[in-house]
Amino acid sequence: MSAEGSGSRIPDPGSRSVVVQELVKRFGSTTALDGVTFGVEKGELFGFIGPDGAGKTTLFRILVTLLVPGSGRASVLGLDVVREYRALRQRVGYMAGRFALYPDLSVEENLRFFASVFGTTIEREYAQIAPIYTQLEPFKDRRAAALSGGMKQKLALCCALVHRPDILFLDEPTTGVDAVSRREFWDLLGNLKQSGLTIIVSTPYMDEADRCDRVALIHRGRLLAVDAPSAITGAFDRPLLGVRAKERYKALLAMRRYEHAHSVYPFGEVIHYTDIRTDAPVNQLDQELRAFLAASGFADASVEPLTPTVEDTFIARTAASDESRIPNPESRGAA
Amino acid sequence: MSDVAIAAKDLTRTFGSFTAVDHISFEVRTGEVFGFLGANGAGKTTAMRMLIGLLAPSGGTARVAGHDVYTESEAIKRSIGYMSQRFSLYEDLTPRENIRLYGGIYGLTRQQIRERTERMLARLGLAGVADEQVHSLPLGWRQKLAFSVALVHEPRIVFLDEPTSGVDPITRRQFWELIYEAASAGTTVLVTTHYMDEAEYCDRISIMVAGRIGAIGTPADLKKQFGVDSIDELFVRLARPTADRIPNPESRIPDPGAAPSERRQ
Repeated sequence: MSAEGSGSRIPDPGSRSVVVQELVKRFGSTTALDGVTFGVEKGELFGFIGPDGAGKTTLFRILVTLLVPGSGRASVLGLDVVREYRALRQRVGYMAGRFALYPDLSVEENLRFFASVFGTTIEREYAQIAPIYTQLEPFKDRRAAALSGGMKQKLALCCALVHRPDILFLDEPTTGVDAVSRREFWDLLGNLKQSGLTIIVSTPYMDEADRCDRVALIHRGRLLAVDAPSAITGAFDRPLLGVRAKERYKALLAMRRYEHAHSVYPFGEVIHYTDIRTDAPVNQLDQELRAFLAASGFADASVEPLTPTVEDTFIARTAASDESRIPNPESRGAA
Repeated sequence: MSDVAIAAKDLTRTFGSFTAVDHISFEVRTGEVFGFLGANGAGKTTAMRMLIGLLAPSGGTARVAGHDVYTESEAIKRSIGYMSQRFSLYEDLTPRENIRLYGGIYGLTRQQIRERTERMLARLGLAGVADEQVHSLPLGWRQKLAFSVALVHEPRIVFLDEPTSGVDPITRRQFWELIYEAASAGTTVLVTTHYMDEAEYCDRISIMVAGRIGAIGTPADLKKQFGVDSIDELFVRLARPTADRIPNPESRIPDPGAAPSERRQ
């Protein structure tokens, strides 16, 4: 079953950089990928958004030919990831989530090493990496282990780009990095996209979805949705209300007891609320919720309609089939 | 005195020629949820390690749960709970065994351990998996368990270092409800996070910039004061200079007793 939304075009294998059909991967009794189907267009900046253990790393490892799928098919740049892995390896760039750099080598030595593995040199590829490498050059003699988190990522990105790949896979490049460095990294990816490179990136941060042309929401080895971020949030199936109250936690607990409540979640300083009555007009829901809050002792509470975010959608889709309360051992290292 | 859980005055720590924490002064009130933010390398891990008694300051003063960080670090360790990203549980032990182990370490009686174990397992909905090894549980469960274990000795203050990193959005919110619950029972919470929406869940936050406190206050007041719409925006505006500072850990004095910091990089 494809999770592709209405916004995606009819598959044309010629224009697609990645075609994946019914991909399954198990590790012992754990199903890391459970029938994943999607396609990525040439030149797209495509994001996989999901928490740890969702299957992002397993999927990326299969696509960069480091892991063989259990069943299903996958091709990258028109090459089958199993049969044509040798040809494919020359053409993909891969930035693994961790351990991508040699900590005891300097910035320049790391880059030189990765260039030599692919039979090239920093000098020959300078134009490709210059926009990023110029930010690192002042520190080129520093050991990679001594770089700040944001700098390490930029170096890892340079190393993944140095052989001029046709497609780039970045597995959680922004995990554990502060909000400023994350922003800068996405700006870099935006610039790389302008050069025509196809980029596939994974992240656990839902707010990074908006940086992508299209995203796949991934959870427990399955794709919950594949579409443009605006189409994903546009498909949110009921009115969303935001509540502000001084005593936020108490208001939240009170709203959970409201007879019409469908979902009540804190989002920063606002509580996001949906109602079980899907067909009622927003005005009515708004007024009734206001009345309920006032009657419950939250006279200061304000209510306003909100535009759903990707995170709202993710929560709605995962809560609908929530297995998070049922013991479901998941693999740790693998998925 | 009793309504101040943490009081730091001109707290400073240098490593060789590098000043990681540069004369920071702030107070955290009892029962407060205090967000301790900053860019990577801004000094928050160093500051936190001084506050939990793992690292001696180079200068300044700090009292944590009423104890002096220079002379009473052992008393501090008994008065606080600590949870780092995800490594505070023994994965080959079961939830029940982890609770018993930590309860024993903190000197609880058998009776106390037994009561608290049942209460915690029931609260977390883990009674059904109380005897499964921790590594077989989903990440979100392990994190909620780690939080509860950090509270097993009913500390006055709990320090949480990126407690929700990588978990799904629903679990992340359930985790914050555990935080609120602990705070409403009087426990003081100091938490670091890279999720800027979580900063807005805090009663007050501070943002460290290049070893100093660049801003401190309630999220609402700070947004007003700096004329921004979100803490994310404020963070980017303030933290921008640190990105160029790039502390060089090479110059740091090795500290064998300390927990590794920034381990995800």
